[in-house]
Amino acid sequence: MDPYLLAPELSLTGLALALILLDLVVKRKGVLAAFAVLGLGAPLVFSILLWGERGTSFANILIVDEFSLFFKFLLLGVAGAVILSSVDYVAKFRAFQGEFYALILLSTAGMMLVAATQELITIFVALELVSVCLYVLAGFLRDPQSSEASLKYLLLGAVAAAVMVYGMALVFGLTGTTYLDQIAVSLRGTDLARSPALIVGIIFIAVGFGFKIAAVPFQAWVPDVYQGAPTPVTAYLSVASKAAGFAVILRVFYLAFGDFTTDWSLVFAVLSAVSMALGNLVAIQQTDIKRFLGYSSIAQAGFIMIGLATIGEEGPSRVLFYLGAYAFTNLAAFIAIIAISHKINSDRIDDYAGMARRAPILAICLALAMISLTGIPPTAGFWAKVLLFQSAVGAGLGWLVILGVINSVVSAYYYLRVVKVMFLQAPPTAERIGASPPVWASVAVSTLGIVTFGVVPGLLLRLAESAARSFRG
Amino acid sequence: MLSAIIFLPLVGAVVVASLFRDYRQVRLAALAFVVADFVLSLVLFGLFDRASADVQFVERIRWIPSVNVQYFLGVDGLNLPMIMLTTLLGVVAVLVSWRIEVRPREYYAWLLVLQTSVLGVFCSLDLLMFFLFWELELIPMFLLIAIWGSPPPLGRREYSAMKFLTFTLLGSAFMLVGILALYFSTGTFDMLVLSQTTVRPVLFTLPAIFWLIFAGFAVKLPTIPLHTWLPDAHTDAPTAVSVILAGVLLKMGGYGMIRVGAGIFPGVVRDFAWLLALLAVVAVLYGAVVTLRQRDLKRLIAYSSVSHMGYVLLGIAALNQVGLSGASLQMFTHGTITGLLFALVGLLYDKAHTRQLPELGGLVSRMPFIAVAMAIAGLASLGLPGLSGFAAEFLVFTGAFSSPLLTGAQLYAILGVVGIVITAGYILWMIQRAFFGPAREEFGRVPDATFLEGIPVAALVIATVVIGVYPALLTDVINMGVAPIVARLLG
Repeated sequence: MDPYLLAPELSLTGLALALILLDLVVKRKGVLAAFAVLGLGAPLVFSILLWGERGTSFANILIVDEFSLFFKFLLLGVAGAVILSSVDYVAKFRAFQGEFYALILLSTAGMMLVAATQELITIFVALELVSVCLYVLAGFLRDPQSSEASLKYLLLGAVAAAVMVYGMALVFGLTGTTYLDQIAVSLRGTDLARSPALIVGIIFIAVGFGFKIAAVPFQAWVPDVYQGAPTPVTAYLSVASKAAGFAVILRVFYLAFGDFTTDWSLVFAVLSAVSMALGNLVAIQQTDIKRFLGYSSIAQAGFIMIGLATIGEEGPSRVLFYLGAYAFTNLAAFIAIIAISHKINSDRIDDYAGMARRAPILAICLALAMISLTGIPPTAGFWAKVLLFQSAVGAGLGWLVILGVINSVVSAYYYLRVVKVMFLQAPPTAERIGASPPVWASVAVSTLGIVTFGVVPGLLLRLAESAARSFRG
Repeated sequence: MLSAIIFLPLVGAVVVASLFRDYRQVRLAALAFVVADFVLSLVLFGLFDRASADVQFVERIRWIPSVNVQYFLGVDGLNLPMIMLTTLLGVVAVLVSWRIEVRPREYYAWLLVLQTSVLGVFCSLDLLMFFLFWELELIPMFLLIAIWGSPPPLGRREYSAMKFLTFTLLGSAFMLVGILALYFSTGTFDMLVLSQTTVRPVLFTLPAIFWLIFAGFAVKLPTIPLHTWLPDAHTDAPTAVSVILAGVLLKMGGYGMIRVGAGIFPGVVRDFAWLLALLAVVAVLYGAVVTLRQRDLKRLIAYSSVSHMGYVLLGIAALNQVGLSGASLQMFTHGTITGLLFALVGLLYDKAHTRQLPELGGLVSRMPFIAVAMAIAGLASLGLPGLSGFAAEFLVFTGAFSSPLLTGAQLYAILGVVGIVITAGYILWMIQRAFFGPAREEFGRVPDATFLEGIPVAALVIATVVIGVYPALLTDVINMGVAPIVARLLG
């Protein structure tokens, strides 16, 4: 029972609760955002102090290794950026700004826990913590679209969670344990591996995870929720919830079902191909930029799943690298969108015409993000795709790589359409668009990340590789 | 030294985009950077040791150790002429853009970024870095064509830009798969090491890997039937971008075919030389015949590029020293000649306000400088001895005709020469229609080229004549660079 290992999550939860209390006394809501971001320093410091340590705690439920620490850093960074970028946006909520920040932080704590646990029930509880916070956050605007988004997310998410728990129950029934490593032990050398009940159990568990990462065929919620939710929440969803989903998939499938890698590798490969194709084809027709990024994130989930299908030490490291690059990229895109849409009061792509004149720096950040999502240098997204394809070729998945590169080319069409609209078309007015300093700070850090890791990807790659090594070793 | 040459334009792009306001200052700053780059490349040329077959001015840093990617630059006889060509055409491009007043900072910035990416492609000796620079030119080209190209109803700049992007991206996507398969089979991206090892292919067969990588080069060269992006992109691009596109970007394809294709896969190239020669001859003849029918001057020159790049492929397919040197020299000479042609067409359009041959005529009396320069360029294009085009094409045909390994070599060479006949047809007819014949009254007040406009034209004419009279200036260098590749092809 070592609370020190849980310090990041505990301090984050404490911060969230403190924020709710602070909201009662503070009049200027900007103070809340500042308090939240500064308070993030505590879990960050704890995570840095924990680096290099490896241990389990709380009856072996909690595990601290480089893998879980990688996600702690990632998620804390994402939460910080989202909170900074939403300081202008929260003016739209007439009340409950403190709760807004607190819910983001609680959700982050849940995600950190998801990546740091090796036991099925804790996974479920942590995922529920994440989901419930996100259901509320999606409906925060309290207008018809936002409420619909929240309700859809709740209903579909509840079904996915229920199916997942059923799968966990099946696996528990067959193996007698909910600890991932002991599941592997009890399945070894028995006939259970071939039993339909186990296969159904694994599939049901995968349903829950697939819902979170927005993979086909569990992607139906994405366009409506992404469009209806407040844009900072969409940004947060697209990056953090996807990262947490991939984290738990990696842990569960490598630790518990690591002996059947050839079976589920093919399943992930097929799901990857379908997600890339569907996300790409539907994204081409989108006119709303949030919906567009929703379909883009379905396609991107497909790309990352190539890394899931790549069995071996390299596959997980490429997934982690891609998640890191994707975090910077998507955050830059969404923060630029938050700032621009806030001023022009529209989310339609056509209304972004001529943004290169009206908001040059924001337009460049958004353009760089689009270029990174396509996979064109000198961006982090380019290396993410190249490294992903490199390891997939090494694992014999040549056909999947060919599909991946073709899909990248198709995606160029719609990603660059945004660049075209901003840079080629004339703006309806010449009025400049600005943003407040916290927003500038967060978009600058994100964009710098895109370019820095585009030129020296080795830094992020080393981090990803050591994280991947630790959770398999 | 090489890093300085490659990244100086990039620094220039940042400076140009941020520091200046007025378009006059911006273009002067851009000119300063490209001239400085050209001077550096002249220094490189002077310091280059012609007697050595080794790669010189090597810069090698471990970049991403876990996947064995290096920052690896080097110069040998194969890419030195390409570097010279790029920097020279960079100066020409900036001078040709002198009148651009629409969003000049972005324009010159993208032009300079384009320079960096192309120089990076030519200097890279690590396959992944090569690929990175190859991809880097996509966005600048896309934006340059889409924003400053011919607007409707004259042209379809957005369509052409997107077509260019999609074709090139698709080709390079397959190239990536091939490069990764090659890495998986050999464990390295080092082009020098790869050109000296026998590749034992894993996952794909060796020909499959070759054709995957070749796809990227085939789109760029271009090879029929992947050429359809070229006429649109060349015609709708602004003049300077057409100069760079035809003069330098197409050579990326040819250079890649020699360095990567023939250098790393000599066996496959030997086996499929007949197919390469066939594709070459088809490009030459089909390109030439289609050019005959063109009425838009710019489109005419664009299609003539398809035809002339066919000679490069023919030289490669010849599989001998003469043929490959001819191919390399053809890349340089075609770059200067076609760069000159596009620059002149740009000037012509600025003055006469039309590019359609039926509407032109009798301009030799109004603009003698442009007419004479165009005539020289045209004659060089059709291979008149004494001008650079002849030297290159003669080497290609000799090489092809005397090829020891290519079956039916003589037939391909003869068909290639027929292409010259057709070239003479369309060039001479074009010059006659545009410049000679009765003077038209609508061109009564048309000015000739100004002094500043004449500088890039004169520079390229001088280059054409000098190389035509003394090709050894370049062939000495090229021969040393090509020799190791030929040795592997034959041995």
